Amino acid sequence: MSLIEKLKNIDRRIIFLIIGLSVIIPLIVPLNLPISVSPPVQATYDYVESIPEGSTILMAFDYDPGTMPELYPMSIAFMRHCFRKNHKIIAVSIWPFGAPLARDAFNQVGEGEYGKVYGIDFVNLGFVPGDVVAIKALARSFREISPKDVDNKPIESFPIMQGIDNFDNIDFVFELSAGFPGIPEWVMIVYGRHKKPMASGCTAVSYPQYSPYYQSGQLKGLLGGLKAAAEYEVLIGMPEKAVSGMDAQSIAHAVIVFFVIVGNVFYFIDSRKRKKI
Amino acid sequence: MKREIPIIITFVTGILMIIDFFVPHPPFGGLSSLFEIFFTIIFSFATILGILALSKINIEKIYRKRETYGYNIVLLVGLVTMIFCGLVWGIGEKSPFDFLYMNFMMPMQSTMFSLLAFFVASASYRAFRARTPEATLLLIAAFFVMLGRVPLGYQMTKWVPEVFPSWLHFLQLPIIANWIMDFPNTAGQRAIMIGAALGIASTSLRLVLGIESAHIGKE
Repeated sequence: MSLIEKLKNIDRRIIFLIIGLSVIIPLIVPLNLPISVSPPVQATYDYVESIPEGSTILMAFDYDPGTMPELYPMSIAFMRHCFRKNHKIIAVSIWPFGAPLARDAFNQVGEGEYGKVYGIDFVNLGFVPGDVVAIKALARSFREISPKDVDNKPIESFPIMQGIDNFDNIDFVFELSAGFPGIPEWVMIVYGRHKKPMASGCTAVSYPQYSPYYQSGQLKGLLGGLKAAAEYEVLIGMPEKAVSGMDAQSIAHAVIVFFVIVGNVFYFIDSRKRKKI
Repeated sequence: MKREIPIIITFVTGILMIIDFFVPHPPFGGLSSLFEIFFTIIFSFATILGILALSKINIEKIYRKRETYGYNIVLLVGLVTMIFCGLVWGIGEKSPFDFLYMNFMMPMQSTMFSLLAFFVASASYRAFRARTPEATLLLIAAFFVMLGRVPLGYQMTKWVPEVFPSWLHFLQLPIIANWIMDFPNTAGQRAIMIGAALGIASTSLRLVLGIESAHIGKE
């Protein structure tokens, strides 16, 4: 067997090992690569900056632990920005696994870092079943579709909910989406029906699918993947998990590109040999 | 009648929802709110039905000792444990349900998602070939987007504005990646979205008018 044949049929465990190392090494030895801010992330940041202090923001945690490495740093960075501006946050989840993730983010940022009080500065309405119908029902009345919060307490008892019952009372919506129901469904109701401003965060792999919503102006901003989370961390001046993860992602991408090139070089050599025969 | 009644219900509901959208006055206005409540209740019962169906299928497999029945046992144990913990101690913070969620569900789901990186790397080496012009185009786009969307791409080409005149600044990898995302990608995505929307509209109309009835077992 020739060298090319051997390399072509390389044991996939070696590829796994290389990709594993390309992720682990930059996490241990950071490269501190510079992060440039893309326009959709800058637009999200600028919009949050532009709304008056103390505005009410609805944050939808529509993701699960599978996409947590990408979307959780995004939610933390966005939450920090909001609390720094003294905005109030109402969290809701159309995905069943989103509610505990919202709670963790509130514990870490709201109570832990900014000393915000549950029920006054933020509230977690928990999981609301019903997919797109649930979003539509929330738009009409929070009290009707979700009369109690995640801990089963009536939402009427919270000062943050005084005078707030539907999307007309919300200043801005930020949707963190990992699939269905997600950005298209929220855009349909929030922007399409209620003409309320909204921005979104999604995984890097689904970013191309949702970028038309940003281009058309239906989304004020769009955060795609860990890169966008890192950009947001840079914008708020608090580089953390997403920024440190970007080195690993950079090297992993470079390794995959390298594999694609090498794989194709072998393919062309092989096909030329076959033509000669 | 088993087939006719669902068709009649679909027709009446569909027509009422359409009228509700265009006539926001009584007796039609507000019908959609009522139907939303119906849907939420049906959705909750459908979840219970789903759990029962899942249990039935898995119990059958265990009973017949199918090849992979060990996985079915794990699934059922997980299902029953989570339901039991949630019903007895609630789902609040520091509850057993929360403990299982944080220490089992979260790491397992994250692991499953992370494994994708390894398979993508392996597949990119073995299967991502420039066999046709379309595949070559895809490869070139992937090259620019994969490098342009990470800080390494910016680092690799940040010297471009210093060396080249301003009209050549587009040669920076992040700018090329953003252009691919903003123009060819968005155009393609829009075409897909419009096509899918038209498809949904026509299928919905077929369902409401009873032309499409495969979902109730009719040929």
